Amino acid sequence: MAEEFQESHNRRARVQGIQVGLAVSLYGISFGALSVALGFSVWQTMVLSLLMFSGASQFAFIGIIGTGGVAAAAAAIASAGLLGIRNGLYALRMSPIVGPGFWKRALAGQLTVDESTAVAVAQSDQESARHGFWMTAAVLYVGWNLATLVGALAGDALGDVRTWGLDAMAAAAFLGLLWPRLTSREPIAIAIAAAAVTVVLLPAVPAGIPVLAAAAVGIALAVYRHRVAPHAPERTEGGSA
Amino acid sequence: MTIWIALVAAGLLVWALKNLGYLVPSRWVEGALMSRVAGLVTVALLASLVVSQTLQQGSGLVLDARLPAIGVAAILLYFRAPFLLVLLAAGAVAAGLRFFGLMV
Repeated sequence: MAEEFQESHNRRARVQGIQVGLAVSLYGISFGALSVALGFSVWQTMVLSLLMFSGASQFAFIGIIGTGGVAAAAAAIASAGLLGIRNGLYALRMSPIVGPGFWKRALAGQLTVDESTAVAVAQSDQESARHGFWMTAAVLYVGWNLATLVGALAGDALGDVRTWGLDAMAAAAFLGLLWPRLTSREPIAIAIAAAAVTVVLLPAVPAGIPVLAAAAVGIALAVYRHRVAPHAPERTEGGSA
Repeated sequence: MTIWIALVAAGLLVWALKNLGYLVPSRWVEGALMSRVAGLVTVALLASLVVSQTLQQGSGLVLDARLPAIGVAAILLYFRAPFLLVLLAAGAVAAGLRFFGLMV
């Protein structure tokens, strides 16, 4: 009886994983189209999705180089990395769920992103969490890369970025990634501070620097808030790719 | 070629960060401060990117069709519209304003 009960939990976790994986994969179309529209080749776009495989980092990388050019490459790398830190923290949470085994952990490493972590931590027990993690990860990795390819090929055919409003779509993509994280006054205040720093610095400093300055402000405020209110409610996982 | 180097470097960096979490003992890095920094730096970067992608042109600021587009995106997100719909609406607003010559 208990086994049957466990299997129904596992199945529910896998179904959730498929749903989340498929839904989020679709954003890959917009990433592919934008990347190509910003001047990256289809191959470069695919390498980003296959190797980097973390939506926010990918969008940041193409956005910063797309507006700042090669001169902003260092800032683009740094921003992609800073946005990738949270994946490392998710990996800490996933480590006991994934369990031992070098190759299994190496594979899990590449697939530990917002969505796979969110589905796993939403489960009530370790075994269904494992089912949820791997199913989300598999569906999302395949789906995200296929969608990227479709978007990149479509974007290649579109031509000028501005005619189709693709530049506005890039801005909207970042807002869409930001929105689910604005869950309390603390992130909202930091978002406003970061936006203000960016507006002030944009005309004054080389491309790519404002985004790094905003990140520095974010880190400083996080450290400050940790000092004055160390036991704030834990951040909810998830959001978007 | 430079773009390729930057691209692979950034890809490897993000990949390495994910794997780091499986390699180091969790007590080294886990803690309230680290999780707060990771959460808030993500928010700060995304907010900054919203602003630069909306207003930046070359090395200056410009008010163009992207601004009303991001406004529409914000309204749709407030009403919990799906991500793809938000993107398409933002693109349509900017493209429409440009097509009819209302904004650049």
